[in-house]
Amino acid sequence: MANHSLREGFARVLFLAAAGVSILAVALICVFLFANGVPAIAQIGLPDFIFGTTWRPANDIYGIFPMIVGSIYVTAGAILVGVPVGLLCAIFLSRFASRGIARILKPGVELLAGIPSVVYGFFGLIVMVPFIRAYAPGNGLSLLAASVLLGIMILPTIITVAQSALDAVPQKYYEGALALGANHERATFRVLVPAAVSGIMAGVVLGIGRAIGETMAVIMVAGNQPVIPESIFGGVRTMTANIVIEMGYAADLHRGALIATGVVLFVFILFITMVFNVMKRRSEAR
Amino acid sequence: MTNMMLETAKGIDYKPSLQKPAQANPVPADREGAVAAKMGVYDLDLYYKDFQALKKVNLEFPENRVTALIGPSGCGKSTLLKSLNRMNDLVEGCRIEGEITLDGADTRRAIDVNSLRRRVGMVFQQPNPFPMSIYDNIAFGPRTHGIKGRSDLDEVVERSLRDAAIWDELKDRLKKNALGLSGGQQQRLCIARALAVRPEVLLMDEATSALDPISTAKIEELVGELKTRYTVIMVTHNMLQALRVSDKTSFFLLGEMIEAGPTEDVFTNPQDERTADYVAGRFG
Amino acid sequence: MSMRMDTALATGEPVAPTDQIDALFAKVSANHEARRRATSLFLRGSVYAGAALTALILAFLVGYILVKGVPYLTPSLFEWRYNSTNVSLMPALVNTVLMALVSLVLAVPFGVGSAIYLVEYAKRGSKFVQLVRTTTETLQGIPSIIYGLFGLLFFVTALGWGLSLFSGACTLAIMILPVVMRTSEEALLAVPDSYREGGFGLGAGRLRTVFRCVLPSAIPGILGGVILGLGRIVGEVAALLFTAGTIAQIPSFGASGFAALFDSARTLAVHMYVLASEGLHVNQTYATAVVLLALVVLLNLAATFAAKKMSKGNNND
Repeated sequence: MANHSLREGFARVLFLAAAGVSILAVALICVFLFANGVPAIAQIGLPDFIFGTTWRPANDIYGIFPMIVGSIYVTAGAILVGVPVGLLCAIFLSRFASRGIARILKPGVELLAGIPSVVYGFFGLIVMVPFIRAYAPGNGLSLLAASVLLGIMILPTIITVAQSALDAVPQKYYEGALALGANHERATFRVLVPAAVSGIMAGVVLGIGRAIGETMAVIMVAGNQPVIPESIFGGVRTMTANIVIEMGYAADLHRGALIATGVVLFVFILFITMVFNVMKRRSEAR
Repeated sequence: MTNMMLETAKGIDYKPSLQKPAQANPVPADREGAVAAKMGVYDLDLYYKDFQALKKVNLEFPENRVTALIGPSGCGKSTLLKSLNRMNDLVEGCRIEGEITLDGADTRRAIDVNSLRRRVGMVFQQPNPFPMSIYDNIAFGPRTHGIKGRSDLDEVVERSLRDAAIWDELKDRLKKNALGLSGGQQQRLCIARALAVRPEVLLMDEATSALDPISTAKIEELVGELKTRYTVIMVTHNMLQALRVSDKTSFFLLGEMIEAGPTEDVFTNPQDERTADYVAGRFG
Repeated sequence: MSMRMDTALATGEPVAPTDQIDALFAKVSANHEARRRATSLFLRGSVYAGAALTALILAFLVGYILVKGVPYLTPSLFEWRYNSTNVSLMPALVNTVLMALVSLVLAVPFGVGSAIYLVEYAKRGSKFVQLVRTTTETLQGIPSIIYGLFGLLFFVTALGWGLSLFSGACTLAIMILPVVMRTSEEALLAVPDSYREGGFGLGAGRLRTVFRCVLPSAIPGILGGVILGLGRIVGEVAALLFTAGTIAQIPSFGASGFAALFDSARTLAVHMYVLASEGLHVNQTYATAVVLLALVVLLNLAATFAAKKMSKGNNND
């Protein structure tokens, strides 16, 4: 019997330890990222690092402002492309599609979610970039290419989250609108979509998180010049790209500056995750 | 038995007697036939897939009167109500044969479904205000039907809330979310919302069954006022409510319309034994 | 009867004449109906267009890669050893399997154990549980490049494991931990309490009840989470570039035993990235993409299967 309770206690401790792993992981990530990044920021100077517009490692000049702007531009572009299409597709799946069509399209969306980003990137490089090169100034590696590609990549996120938000709206709202003489479209867009708006926004925020953190696909189509692009046809470098491109050969302060870029990205992501969680809770509270 | 039940009904101050035959006490203005039928249902068969929910129903709804549909649950009374504004169209596998008319016009062929639903408003069993402001709830219908001007909408909102006798309670919080209201207020808001599109007929599907007695009394009182403008058709499982509020009552059982007539007659002098059993509380 | 009606009418204020409202409705311009129809048509068209565009993008992307890649799925692409002429994907494919195995061996016990603690042991809403939840949500939002950076700093450098299969697998294990944990938690929560009561009723301890009565019926759900995690492992590049490196060889387990875990190893997705950025073997890159897609489709099918199994299992209760 003592043996038995000993085993129970031991199991309990083991499971507790397992649960602690995610706490440990977050702590370790924070510690190692900050310990390696913050000294570099201190050495460079926080204002120079964040707002400096020149990135020239050869001269030990590390301003990541162009990359911050690049990440924001690319993400905004992705939202501009991905949200309307994704939302409309979610509305279609939730309220317009026949059962047969939904049964085909839904796995399609899941497949879209599963395709690795390197495959997206390659597709963008081989198909979209030459297309843009043919019809617009520049070599095609551009903010536009990155935005459209990322917009496609966040589609499944937005579709899935928005659809489940729309599906969760009680049918009685729809019936109420219809009973007032509204047709299907008006009931959908004026009652159901507004009722689902906090869930839909959570999907958008999740999409923002995906887009700002995406690395490989962006590297392959964005051109990666560390300057603020002058037009949508200009090249752009994101924070994620900055890390991957130069990490392979960076040393000393350069390496520290790259890790510090990761720290800035991490802070962005933490903020977005926080916003997402607040929104999700609010949408669940409804 | 029947008599006893009637006497216990609060607020009803007449004592009908079973000895008096119905024909001996004609009240023409309240009698079916004396008032023009606003809506009519003729030889109506309704199927959900293979199940026949309504069987050869014939019934007319007199204008500016309250008609109550009563019967045990599952008898088809709600189904009939929902076919009057074609909400049954939403139910997959629902099939209708026969004719339903509004002012003599066939509701399924001669009238566009959206304008039918505008003319035949509905209040649901569960209050279902939209998750938006009180104002926007009321304004939704008028906006749908083309009223856009701010002052025009203001006017409709106020009038509708007044007609639903809830203006005084809500006038200071029109911008507040409607979901914050109590159940009774929500239901009266839904009535106001239905009135805001100027319907001709108002369908009420057990509209008080989810409410407390005080809210129920308020809505019953409201229905009595509304019939000066509207034709009201209500489904209720509460026989006392039918007795208090309605002018005409129709009793349903297993998809069949068993009996219809002036409320007083149906309750005090039912022609059919099954009606007598039901109003006497012997089943259902 | 009439008396009753009179009392009803006498109560409350009478309904005021509302002709001005009727007038408002009468004033609505005749073309409102036409405009309403046009709006509806436009909205309906947009919705169909959005869905069609999504389907088209998917079809074009998959179709394009299949058409370009399938003809180059030659035997030389699957040769056991990689060299710069055959650009064989075989080592990378094997490495992917190894990487997935090691990552899962690391992540699944922790993920499932954590879920068991949260569902079966912990007090709901305790400080500890809240902290676990918050950190899990945080982990879920962290992009893979950050995991890559952390892996580089911690496993590769601080622990001195170098660019290796094991460093990569540890990094990926942390990355998929929240997915495994979450789905396991949901699967455990879906198990009806009657199972637990059954276990306790027979006098079994909590541990025995969990393993004998609860866990078995949660397996399909947990499997679903594992498959989701597998999907991320198969497609991951950014987290592996600086943790597992890009050596296109299978670690030599035959020669050096488990020490081979510390050899660098590129997975299929990394392999494809390297090929694509070299730009020398475009056709083989397409073919590699086909194999990656095939893996993803397989995993999706498996996930659907697991989900069906899960819902079926619950319907039987």
